[in-house]
Amino acid sequence: MMKIPVLSLIIFLPAIGAAILPFLRSDNKVRWVALAFAVADFLLATWLLFNFDTTTYAMQFRETVSWVPSLGISYALGVDGISVLFVFLTALLGWICVLASWRAITRRVAQFMISLLVMQALMLGVFCALDLFLFYFFWEAMLIPMYLIIGVWGGDNRVYAAFKFFLYTLVGSVLFLVGILVLYFHGGETFDILVLMDGDYSFIVQAWVFLAFLVAFAVKVPMVPVHTWLPDAHVEAPTAGSIVLAGVLLKMGAYGFLRFSLPMLPEASQYFALPVLALSVIAIVYGGFLALAQDDLKKLVAYSSVSHMGFVTLGLFALNSRGLEGSILQMFNHGITTGALFLFVGLIYERTHTRRIGDYGGLMKVAPVYGVLLAVFTLSSLAVPGTNAFIGELLILTGAFATNMMIGAIAVTGAVLSAAYLLGMFRKVALGPPVYEKGEAMWDMNGRELVAAIPLAVFVFWVGFYPQPFLDVMHVSVEHLLEQVQGTYR
Amino acid sequence: MNADMIVASIIASLPEIIVISCACLLLLVSLIPARGRMVLFSGISLAVVAAAAIATYVLAGPVRPAYGGMFVVDGFAVFFKAVVLMVTALVILISPKYLEEENIERGEYFVLLLFALAGMMIMTSAIDLVSIYLGLELMALSVYVLTGFVRHDSRSNEAALKYVILGALSSAIFLYGVSLVYGLAGTTQLSELAITLNRDGPLDPLLILATVFMVTGLVFKVGAVPLHMWVPDVYEGAPTTITAFISVGPKAAAFAIILRIFPDALIGVADIWGPVIAVIAVLTLTLGSFVALVQTNIKRMLAYSSIAHVGFALLGLVAGGHDGIASVMLYFLIYAFMNLGIFGAIVMMRKGDFSGENIEDYAGLAKSHPGLALLTLIFLFSLAGIPPTAGFFAKFYILTALVAQGYVVLAVIAVLLSAVAAYFYLRIVMLMYMKEQARSFDLALTPSLRVALAVAGLGTVGIGLLPAWFLDMARGAVFPGIG
Repeated sequence: MMKIPVLSLIIFLPAIGAAILPFLRSDNKVRWVALAFAVADFLLATWLLFNFDTTTYAMQFRETVSWVPSLGISYALGVDGISVLFVFLTALLGWICVLASWRAITRRVAQFMISLLVMQALMLGVFCALDLFLFYFFWEAMLIPMYLIIGVWGGDNRVYAAFKFFLYTLVGSVLFLVGILVLYFHGGETFDILVLMDGDYSFIVQAWVFLAFLVAFAVKVPMVPVHTWLPDAHVEAPTAGSIVLAGVLLKMGAYGFLRFSLPMLPEASQYFALPVLALSVIAIVYGGFLALAQDDLKKLVAYSSVSHMGFVTLGLFALNSRGLEGSILQMFNHGITTGALFLFVGLIYERTHTRRIGDYGGLMKVAPVYGVLLAVFTLSSLAVPGTNAFIGELLILTGAFATNMMIGAIAVTGAVLSAAYLLGMFRKVALGPPVYEKGEAMWDMNGRELVAAIPLAVFVFWVGFYPQPFLDVMHVSVEHLLEQVQGTYR
Repeated sequence: MNADMIVASIIASLPEIIVISCACLLLLVSLIPARGRMVLFSGISLAVVAAAAIATYVLAGPVRPAYGGMFVVDGFAVFFKAVVLMVTALVILISPKYLEEENIERGEYFVLLLFALAGMMIMTSAIDLVSIYLGLELMALSVYVLTGFVRHDSRSNEAALKYVILGALSSAIFLYGVSLVYGLAGTTQLSELAITLNRDGPLDPLLILATVFMVTGLVFKVGAVPLHMWVPDVYEGAPTTITAFISVGPKAAAFAIILRIFPDALIGVADIWGPVIAVIAVLTLTLGSFVALVQTNIKRMLAYSSIAHVGFALLGLVAGGHDGIASVMLYFLIYAFMNLGIFGAIVMMRKGDFSGENIEDYAGLAKSHPGLALLTLIFLFSLAGIPPTAGFFAKFYILTALVAQGYVVLAVIAVLLSAVAAYFYLRIVMLMYMKEQARSFDLALTPSLRVALAVAGLGTVGIGLLPAWFLDMARGAVFPGIG
């Protein structure tokens, strides 16, 4: 029986779309074709999720084609319960990004949509890759379209932000590359991730490789103190760029920990868990205080990302099943919620061309639908019960408390801080006397914007009230991961 | 030497004979004045290169020793010949329009180019210090003249003068090292040297001196620190097409010599040249990467960029072994494509009174010429070593060789410096894509230049996506006797 290479199809569909776009003459056609490809990709990813077998931790939908045989490199794809969620998330945010750029991008539309679709293909590739070389190939290639998205279509200070993003990530990644090579020679000259997971590396090798990986992943997450590229990149990027950054790119660092650091370097992961936990709570609290001081909507959301991603790394290095499941769920949630918040900032920015919190007020009266949805996502971001982030943060905190009381206790204060800055933001923007009257400068959401926002809201409540299906998808894989981490710890 | 051996030698060196004899004929033809000769000459030169390439291809396969151990045709030679032939062909393709713009339409240009090609081809096949020197000088003398080819431009004259004086000095130093080696070993053949010098026992101080002299001479030829000073001036002053040529061809050929001499003939004294080369490689990489950051002339910037790339390639030599040598070979194959690509992009900017050498001149290219800008972007990211381009795989393979030999620290230094280097390539991408154009672009695009750009682009992307075949070629072409 000829098997359909579903994962390759998911990865290359957006790339094919990108290859078609230059031949379309009108900008409108470009938008529609890009949307069509993104939606088709999303449907495929949905099909993947529904046909995913949740009873096994083994990699599914595997494809292997020899690529550079003499160096043991192959084009190997596959998903497990962890990566399938991110494939879905990436595909979901893909078409939302196209919708978010519908009117926001008016210059060089075709080039923008090409960058966006290529970006999506590469991100999907990162989550599907089962070969370290292939993973790195996708991981690093992503820098090119993202650099262009920020640098060409960004705000006033876009060039600076694009350079900062590129160079920060590059420095992290190149150390990752050397780490990969060290692992390659200690793991029997193969880049096969599954084989490398079974390797038995001496502690000293593990420690050095862990540190090399840590730099790369910490930049991507981003963890304090290498987070400073994030606010610049977020503020300057166009809305779709911010959504991609917050929704998917930041997850890649955490995904790297999950896929490589924990299973391949278990002893080093345990050894370095405490420092990483400490950095995580610093990120939670420090990011929260920074967000509290922001006057710019995008900066506020950006710093809240630093804080919330601190929760993710906290859960990961709690190294227990609650923490891990919470983290993975929270990564998914953060993609939904923060993606939505950036979308919402982008929506009013398109109308008023200002991101200053002080320039807004009373949006609830002028644009009630917008106000209500903004409230939903704001509450979700601060983890109110009934929303998705509540489940995630709860799991993470119980995991953290089980590992280290002190760390858990400090992390809780971060939740309080996030209530302070998010509610403060909402009060200033949506409540009080309206600054803008309905009309030229401000209007409520239109159909296209609602189509982009509603699915995200659905996931906020779905995960908030009934997270079990999502936990079921990852559960077996997470248990297996824990065995890998603890099994070798003698 | 009997008649059979002479015939076999002539057959083995047939590509070189073709190039040299055709170059001599072309010299006569160039005396006939006629309008539009440049296209004709470039066509003839291209045909000569093609004929030499076919001869090289036909001769590939068995190892053919020739001229009593002076010359050999083996996989290694064929690989490097393929590189230098391709480089020359691409340079010929980008030349005609440029010569017209610079008002230097003289037939000697192509004749000298072919002589330089013959010199490089001899270098790749030479396995005797004397024939190595012969090839080196044939190449170098042709290139000196080509550098000063823009007679009415003082920059070009200055560059040629600097190049001649320093080049002659370095040749003399190299020759002095060769003479010392001959005095010690009683032979100039590399294979004999390997046996004579691989004795156990205390090292002869004279041998150390000889090695240092030879390293010095060759370091100059590839433009590595501390003998890199000529590179920026020569790059800037030489006609752009010749800069493109110098940046790849002679360097690849010089590396062919280096790879034959050091990891093979002089492996017995690896303790001497190994650390020296390692230090030189790191310094070269550092200087190239950092100084390129502040350049405003694109040719000077690419000069420092090429210094950095030579440093990276030297790291492959430091790694040594089968993979180390193969990694350097692959590096030059890939470097040839991407560097000639970017030089093609510079040549197309040169039109009328506009030099197009200022980096700022690229501002806004993406708006008016999206296709060309994309191609240039690919070359630049390849030079920076970002996947999916071939430049990434070139660096990746050298790093693999380094880590395999346990040089992890060198690998870390190399990748960090290449991250520094990424900045100045990115700057050009930034100008092309993120700045408004200051003037309307009037590009000197000819069909042949388009072909050259397309070939370079295809090579850069193709090797990046499907490196396996090229990698196996390089690995298979490493001469035997290397562990």
